[in-house]
Amino acid sequence: VSLLLFNVKGWCLLGSPLAPPPSAAFIFWYIMLHIKTPKSLRAKRELEKRAPKLVEYGKKTLILHGTKTSNVLNAVLTEIYHLKKDNAVKYSRRNDNIRPFESGGETSLEFYSLKTDCSLFVYGSHSKKRPDNLVIGRTYDHHVYDLVEVGIENFKSMASFSYDKKIAPLIGSKPFFAFIGEGFENVEELKHLKEVLLDLFRGQVVKNLNLAGLDRVYVCTAVSSNKVLFTHCALRLKKSGTIVPRMELVEVGPSMDLVVRRHRLPDESLKKEAMKIAPELTKKKEKNVSKDAIVGKIGKIYVPDQEVGNASLPYKPKGVKRERREAKAKGESNNHAEKKQKQQDDDC
Amino acid sequence: MAEQQEGYQIDLGNLTAFDPQHQFQSIPDKREDLVKECITHATKLIQAVADSLFSLPSTEDASGPIVPLPQPTTKLPREKPLPKPAPPTKWEVFAKKKGIQNRKKDKLVFDEQTSSWKRRYGYDRVNDDNDVPIIEAKMTDEPGVDPFATRRSEKKQRVEKQEKNRLYNLKEAAKVGALPSHVQLAATALPITGTQAAPRKVSKDELQNVAGMAGTSTASGGKFDKKLAGEKPPKHDKKYRKFLPVVEGSGMGSLEKQQTDKILNKLMAKNSHEIFNVSKAVDMYNVKSDKKRRNQQGKSSAMSSKLKVKKSPYKNASKGSSKKGGSSSKGKSGSSSKGKSK
Repeated sequence: VSLLLFNVKGWCLLGSPLAPPPSAAFIFWYIMLHIKTPKSLRAKRELEKRAPKLVEYGKKTLILHGTKTSNVLNAVLTEIYHLKKDNAVKYSRRNDNIRPFESGGETSLEFYSLKTDCSLFVYGSHSKKRPDNLVIGRTYDHHVYDLVEVGIENFKSMASFSYDKKIAPLIGSKPFFAFIGEGFENVEELKHLKEVLLDLFRGQVVKNLNLAGLDRVYVCTAVSSNKVLFTHCALRLKKSGTIVPRMELVEVGPSMDLVVRRHRLPDESLKKEAMKIAPELTKKKEKNVSKDAIVGKIGKIYVPDQEVGNASLPYKPKGVKRERREAKAKGESNNHAEKKQKQQDDDC
Repeated sequence: MAEQQEGYQIDLGNLTAFDPQHQFQSIPDKREDLVKECITHATKLIQAVADSLFSLPSTEDASGPIVPLPQPTTKLPREKPLPKPAPPTKWEVFAKKKGIQNRKKDKLVFDEQTSSWKRRYGYDRVNDDNDVPIIEAKMTDEPGVDPFATRRSEKKQRVEKQEKNRLYNLKEAAKVGALPSHVQLAATALPITGTQAAPRKVSKDELQNVAGMAGTSTASGGKFDKKLAGEKPPKHDKKYRKFLPVVEGSGMGSLEKQQTDKILNKLMAKNSHEIFNVSKAVDMYNVKSDKKRRNQQGKSSAMSSKLKVKKSPYKNASKGSSKKGGSSSKGKSGSSSKGKSK
């Protein structure tokens, strides 16, 4: 007579031998103390957006002002914000404890930069010693990288220019840049300012550009060794005989004179680190390829050592298989039982 | 003019044109004239850029011609450090060694039982472990074992093993500094430093102390806070203060008096070399001199005990002490005069 057991769900048999689970409490404690993961998918997406990437997308700008601002400065800050509406954050409250050029006065800036994920900042302040002062700075890893301090003179806002509204440039379009003057190459401060202005107004780095969407130009002219004339113009493309249209510039946006006051260049080591490009992106030299005049392109192939001894087989050799091992181990114990049953059958 | 045009530095990737050779011979007095001059010059520069831009191969699109831009030539600094490549996970290493390819699985699988398409995972899935109503017993089953319970425990073990592996992979990645962006280490998630915090290894003692420090801010000093499994009771490095009872019980004697006496004695003992107790000094001197005389007498009596007249040992001592008692001087001078008198 053979035995058949039906284990119906819910009917618990006595003496269930369960393996004690590895201390879940310990793992839980470890997790609580060390690892923090976002609880919602949205938070996870936000964190991934802020993570460092191989190829960088676009820098965000933080616009804020200090203890005192003048009318001119207010207008400048709002206009810069309008020019960069897509990727800028403007703080409206005053910040008394920010002094970018002092060693202790940057912590607040760095904190804001971390919270808003902005790597460029424009800080405006007005004082008797430095009237209409604008500090444009960049951060690397949310620490101050470099700073340029400019004073603003002869400011003309966007509203003061009259032009045909149809050609007004749209927000987020990729701008042209025109740098005029030998000062931008010879004078160190102007060179720095050129780099910073380019970074500030560049927008995203794109691989493909739609030529119909080109409509703004930033014109920077080095008038003297410390003064730069900065203006923003709209583009009008006029028909010409060739494929290339004729460019026409119409002054549209804010126009101001930037007088360079102070500047701070980045540390050499920091600069080196910030300018690093991912090694995967650099073009690799093709190795083991040579050209022959007669045959053409020749390649050398080096066959690596086939470690036949260490290779793992896709299948398991017969003796190693678990079923076989188990059956063998149990075979000795079951042998007697089977024999007994057989005898019984024989009897029956 | 042609020379000037060739001198323009054009960066197509950034749509920039730079004229390094331009010099202002004379700056116009009026600002408007200056601006006009700048704009006319800029127009020339932009035209040069546009020439090279429009000559790139373009593909037609609904909105306009699209042109592939080259890489910008002016290098600008990054805003965040380069991400480090993460080390391969345990599974990836194994799969590479075995040559296992990752096959994309479909979300829906055909279920023969209900002959419908069911999800591979999630709600109402194919081959759900919990849905099985009957499990047939095998010959290898022991009689006392609940197969449903074993299934549940096996699943739990599998889940725990996977969690352990996940933590191991994260730990390995954290060692290199390549944690996935959505995972943060709680100890280093402080807002002061940037994304790459200096990974200062917090020691076990420090971590325990932090929890204790937080506890001291509670009303009962962290004594009754719920402890996690494995957390040790808070350390108490300082002394425990003893406060006397308000109401004295019988049988002890005045505790307060004892406490103050103790303190007083300690103070006195510290400064005892400054306080001179005359009677005590005298007693001490007497004892000392007695001992000395006994030793000397012992020596001399060994030589000729019969010859010498036994003097009363106390006679001289009293004489000496009276002398000493008279003069309030220190023991040393007394001993010197004593020697003389002998």
